[in-house]
Amino acid sequence: MVRVEMNGIPGRSIRDSDGWDRPVVTPRCMGWKPVLLFNFRFGLRFLSDHMDWHIIIAAVIKIVVFVFLVTLPMVAMSVWAERRVSAAIQDRVGPNRVGPFGLLQAVADGIKFLLKEDFTPAHVNKFYFWLAPALTMVPALLTCAVIPFGSRLFGEKMVIADLDVGPLFVFAIASLSVYGIVLAGWSSNSKYSFLGGVRSTSQMISYEISLGLSIVPLIMIYGELNLGRIVQEQALNGWTLLPLWGEGLSLQGWVLVIPMFISFVIFMTSMFAETNRLPFDLPECETELVAGYHTEYSSMKFALFFLGEYAAMIIGSGLAVTLFLGGWSLPFGWLAPESVDAVVPSWHGLIHIGVYFAKVIALIIFFIVIRWTLPRFRYDQLMRLGWVFFFEIALANVVITAILLAFFK
Amino acid sequence: MAIIVQRPKLKWWEHLYLPGIISGMRVTLAHFVRSLLGRTKVTMQYPEEKWDDHLPEHYRGAPALVTDEHGRERCVACQLCEFICPPRAITILPEEIPSDDKWAKVEKRPRVFEIDMIRCIYCGLCEEVCPEQAIYLRKDYAITGTSRAEMVHDKERLYEIGGVREGLVNKWNELK
Repeated sequence: MVRVEMNGIPGRSIRDSDGWDRPVVTPRCMGWKPVLLFNFRFGLRFLSDHMDWHIIIAAVIKIVVFVFLVTLPMVAMSVWAERRVSAAIQDRVGPNRVGPFGLLQAVADGIKFLLKEDFTPAHVNKFYFWLAPALTMVPALLTCAVIPFGSRLFGEKMVIADLDVGPLFVFAIASLSVYGIVLAGWSSNSKYSFLGGVRSTSQMISYEISLGLSIVPLIMIYGELNLGRIVQEQALNGWTLLPLWGEGLSLQGWVLVIPMFISFVIFMTSMFAETNRLPFDLPECETELVAGYHTEYSSMKFALFFLGEYAAMIIGSGLAVTLFLGGWSLPFGWLAPESVDAVVPSWHGLIHIGVYFAKVIALIIFFIVIRWTLPRFRYDQLMRLGWVFFFEIALANVVITAILLAFFK
Repeated sequence: MAIIVQRPKLKWWEHLYLPGIISGMRVTLAHFVRSLLGRTKVTMQYPEEKWDDHLPEHYRGAPALVTDEHGRERCVACQLCEFICPPRAITILPEEIPSDDKWAKVEKRPRVFEIDMIRCIYCGLCEEVCPEQAIYLRKDYAITGTSRAEMVHDKERLYEIGGVREGLVNKWNELK
């Protein structure tokens, strides 16, 4: 290593084979020793005085069940569904050899990814190369935490973290997955990966604006951000898009369907763009950029990117179902609990969980069908759509909703 | 020179693109439902269903040598197929037919005739070029083996696959 002052960046740098000086980045992070000491000295007694253990245990069980036993298997199932549904659309048969109807194909793929050589090319920036897949997958799984999977089961609320700022949390954490793609594209140190990473990043941050703005009319109508209470309102008073019972069955409810429908279209399109799914597929399609930002990745890291994309798709569908299609509730107010704190019989709770997953599966099939229906957007068309059309339409939607609420409230 | 692309003028409802998407989805979902109901039979479930019974006439499988109805091996080791074979899969070493043999006037036959099936690309050029109508491509396609030596078809194997073929031009027979 050569101690060289490099364009005003002091510190250590290394001269590589081309003669360029590259800075050496040493990651600084807090070691685990001080944290453990702090916890053991103050933590356990503090916790046991101020918190009930059953809350912690219930939360841990919910996390383990919802993230590892529900969402991750749903990711594997959505990979299978994607292959079978796209095959059915294309008049062929998908994988049908591995298990019954090819259901174990994802397991076979997982084993293949585990046993594949995990190759790190020599020309990459090693720290970011290893960090990028995790940064893509983990935010997608983190956003599971606020989505209500059901009403209540055995008295326990079926949401991991009943935050009062649900959608805000989801959008904030989903923005972190942009970092994963930036780092993947940049650290791969190759033209096509870089271009794919840049395109994907700009696409994602452009559509985050319309994503956030499209939710604003919804929040204006419901008056709150707590996802559990939004679903409760929809259970009693009609889904956002189908106000056919309760208080929704009124002129106000039907007039407000117009901005809600616009909001739904903008939200779904922005969700397609956020998860890099066709028709916004440019960063990762095979014909454009080899494989885009994940060209240089193999085995488990590629599997993490791949699964992270499907996990984001599932969580996006989950959020759309929660906000627009009534979450876990059945239509016409059947089996709807009277309030958020009402006692819900267990079989109601199980039905609600089943209804939620049925709706999410329907939306995932919608994602897949749209993928094979529409051609791909060109990059300039994509950016124009995000900044010129959706931004203005989402803003206009907010104004329209405000005017309608002023007249009809 | 620049080619001006004619872009169609969209009506106002086509600018929404949603009707276009819905009509596209109608096509896609029609295909989806048709596949679910089993009405599209394009894919053959190999190995449960095979098409050995209704292979087309011109199907090119593995090459084989034939004997004619008099029991003579038709190949005269002219080596034309060896030279035309694109991946050079055929190896021929000719020998003289001894003068006390019934067919001594043919004068030449292959001592060694090997086709390396790993190299063979099933193009059919050897069948096209053979002047003796000795080598034909049969209809078998599943040629597998467990070692490279096993995948080289020598003369016995080729005649065994080929069998007897009747009705060919017998240009080495005695004049009537």
